[in-house]
Amino acid sequence: MYEILEIKEIAKETYMAKVKAPLIAKKFKPGHFVIVRVHEKGERIPLTIVKADKREGNITLIFKVVGKTTLMLSRMSCGDSLADIVGPLGNPSEIDKFGNVICIGGGVGIAPIYPIVKALKNAGNYVITIIGARSSDYLFLEKELSEISDELYIATDDGSKGFKGFVTDVLKSILEKRGDQINRVIVIGPTIMMKIAAEITRPLKIKTIASLNPIMVDGTGMCGACRVKVAGEIKFACVHGPEFDAHEVDFDELINRLNMYKELEYQALEKYLGEKSEK
Amino acid sequence: MRKLPLDKRLRSFDEVALGYDLKEATLEAQRCLQCKDPPCVKACPLHVNIPKFIKLLREGKLKEAANVILEQNPFPSICGRVCPQEELCQSACALSKIGEPVAIGRLERFIGDYILENNITLPKKTVSGNKLKIAIVGSGPAGLSAAYFLSMHSCEVTVFEALHEFGGVLVYGIPNFRLPKEIVYKEIERLKASGVKFVKNVIVGKTVTVKEILEFYDAVFIGTGAGLPNILNIPGTNLCEVYSANEFLIRINLMRAYKFPNYDTPIKVGRKVIVIGGGNVAMDVARCARRLGADVTIVYRRTEKEMPARREEIENAKEEGVKFKFLASPVRIIGENGHVKGVEFIRMKLGEPDESGRRRPIPIPGSEFVMECDTVVFAIGQSPNPLIPNTTPEIKTNQWGCIIIDKNNMTTMPRVFAGGDIVSGAATVVEAVADGKKAAFSMMKLLGK
Ligand SMILES: Cc1cc2nc3c(=O)[nH]c(=O)nc-3n(C[C@H](O)[C@H](O)[C@H](O)COP(=O)(O)OP(=O)(O)OC[C@H]3O[C@@H](n4cnc5c(N)ncnc54)[C@H](O)[C@@H]3O)c2cc1C
Ligand code: FES
Repeated sequence: MYEILEIKEIAKETYMAKVKAPLIAKKFKPGHFVIVRVHEKGERIPLTIVKADKREGNITLIFKVVGKTTLMLSRMSCGDSLADIVGPLGNPSEIDKFGNVICIGGGVGIAPIYPIVKALKNAGNYVITIIGARSSDYLFLEKELSEISDELYIATDDGSKGFKGFVTDVLKSILEKRGDQINRVIVIGPTIMMKIAAEITRPLKIKTIASLNPIMVDGTGMCGACRVKVAGEIKFACVHGPEFDAHEVDFDELINRLNMYKELEYQALEKYLGEKSEK
Repeated sequence: MRKLPLDKRLRSFDEVALGYDLKEATLEAQRCLQCKDPPCVKACPLHVNIPKFIKLLREGKLKEAANVILEQNPFPSICGRVCPQEELCQSACALSKIGEPVAIGRLERFIGDYILENNITLPKKTVSGNKLKIAIVGSGPAGLSAAYFLSMHSCEVTVFEALHEFGGVLVYGIPNFRLPKEIVYKEIERLKASGVKFVKNVIVGKTVTVKEILEFYDAVFIGTGAGLPNILNIPGTNLCEVYSANEFLIRINLMRAYKFPNYDTPIKVGRKVIVIGGGNVAMDVARCARRLGADVTIVYRRTEKEMPARREEIENAKEEGVKFKFLASPVRIIGENGHVKGVEFIRMKLGEPDESGRRRPIPIPGSEFVMECDTVVFAIGQSPNPLIPNTTPEIKTNQWGCIIIDKNNMTTMPRVFAGGDIVSGAATVVEAVADGKKAAFSMMKLLGK
């Protein structure tokens, strides 16, 4: 089952894994995600599908090491198997001919923005892509994105590559010059970044879509862990989303809920590292 | 019946009810009057021949007693533990008019465990003609029951389950201290041994569609349950430490959060937990939270008399130190820095009976009060799982989202049948088993070649 066909580090703390999952590959559309359980005592975590090969029956996932589960996953090798993988989950991204579209990927959010850029381009849009990370070591998929985007901008916090600053600064400067020509903005990345992007586009009334990343358990609508408030209503990101109108999302609430298990997650990681060093 | 001592109960998730030994079972079985026209059989949704198995049990013919049950009920070890017998077979028992009814559930559990220990199975029925190939969606009691009866009649059966474990509510909802997971695993192993195939991590409607399944199977049975949690949209609902009962129980039961950090899934319980609701689910949540060391209060908007939970569960919860507060309904959850600090309630009084026959709770203006807590759990009901109807427009639902079926349990889509909570809304294990059984026979009757 769920064999890892390829796994490699593609940027600092960031890994790409190609996994056998024929049924999921067959149904994949940009925006879909899967829930993965790495081992028999593991938790269920959502990961966006970056690419799917329907013929070969595999999907590609990109993840950043942030806790025990992703650390364990990063230490797996070719030929190992994941305990579980289920999907495709969530609604696919809305792909249409919108005109001029800005796609923003921040941090590991560069991964899920890739299939969306590709699909939007294929649908005949003019796609401006902005990607950013802490420093150039954390960037990936630059080449792939530059090939399929009409324009590609890079931002790093420390200026080690491209513009020195945040992706949202780049967004702002593009909108200052050509805001009236932009028909849609799609933003995926850290919640605070998506919130700032939404605030930038709000006064210009540019439709802005954010792909939310709340804590999930089942991913099928059964638990409500992933609930977010959108236009005052409770929505389950796993089944109603994960993409929502960014101008209607209560980002502060989401940021708060994302921090809920920080200490416990740290405790699990410490324990795992402790056990590893004993051996 | 013997129970686990209280101090052990509060420190573990081990089973509380310890069941009968042979001597106790035989003694209890003696009490059965062996009615000519037994009312208990009619009251059992599965129509188990109760007097007959009890007679065999007291004669020491355990294997024969097992066979009698297995003809009608594939899972006596489960039903014996979780059925509301006091509302079903035992309420009809002739003895209940003059005193205590026969403890049918406990006797059923005794035989159920005997079946598992000795791996007793009924021989498969020989059928003429082609074997049907059936796909079952959802591995809760409805799906497992359909699988059992179909496989019993030599059909080729595959069960597709969305989660990574099989059993539905039996594994993700009902806690180990009421229904040990081992029991469910063993029942599933028995089905596997009889030839039923099980495939996990398949979400029908997403991973594969109902239509695609129909290309390879003669028929589909949908038993996807009522897994959609209801959450009150009041101020503070999305603070941290506010859970739906489903999330709370899934973390604990399916993901084993009570063994964190040996298992990776965390849960936050805090010192004081408020559980909102009055059903069995609220009792399960409260008893889990007690075992995780919290001070727990169940707040219900009516009075104890109207609580839908089983008496036995309310008693168990009380023994374990769960507190109750009646006639109060939450108005808002109070937070501080994003974390729960308390809940503001409004007092209620009971008015005229509503559609359900229970007296309707009415808020008393100006009676708001605050209870401090660290965690809030909503146990206010579950709705039918909308995933399949949403992705299969041919399958029609009613206004509550329940799949509509005819008298043969067939949906509005040909060759697609349904049963259990997805049809009835949240109900009981035994009704789901009965539905799965009925659908299995309908499928064989209508499609058997
Ligand atoms: C906490 C709790 C305690 C309870 N206690 C009792 C009790 O003591 N006694 C009693 O009689 N009843 C009890 N009930 C009710 C009882 O559990 C249910 O009535 C019964 O489980 C319903 O069975 P089912 O087979 O219809 O659905 P479920 O048990 O809900 O099983 C449905 C299964 O289908 C799967 N599924 C859903 N959608 C899909 C899909 N698209 N593709 C594939 N699989 C899918 C789900 O993951 C699940 O495993 C309790 C319920 C809860 C929640
Ligand atoms: S993750 Fe459980 S409902 Fe969305």
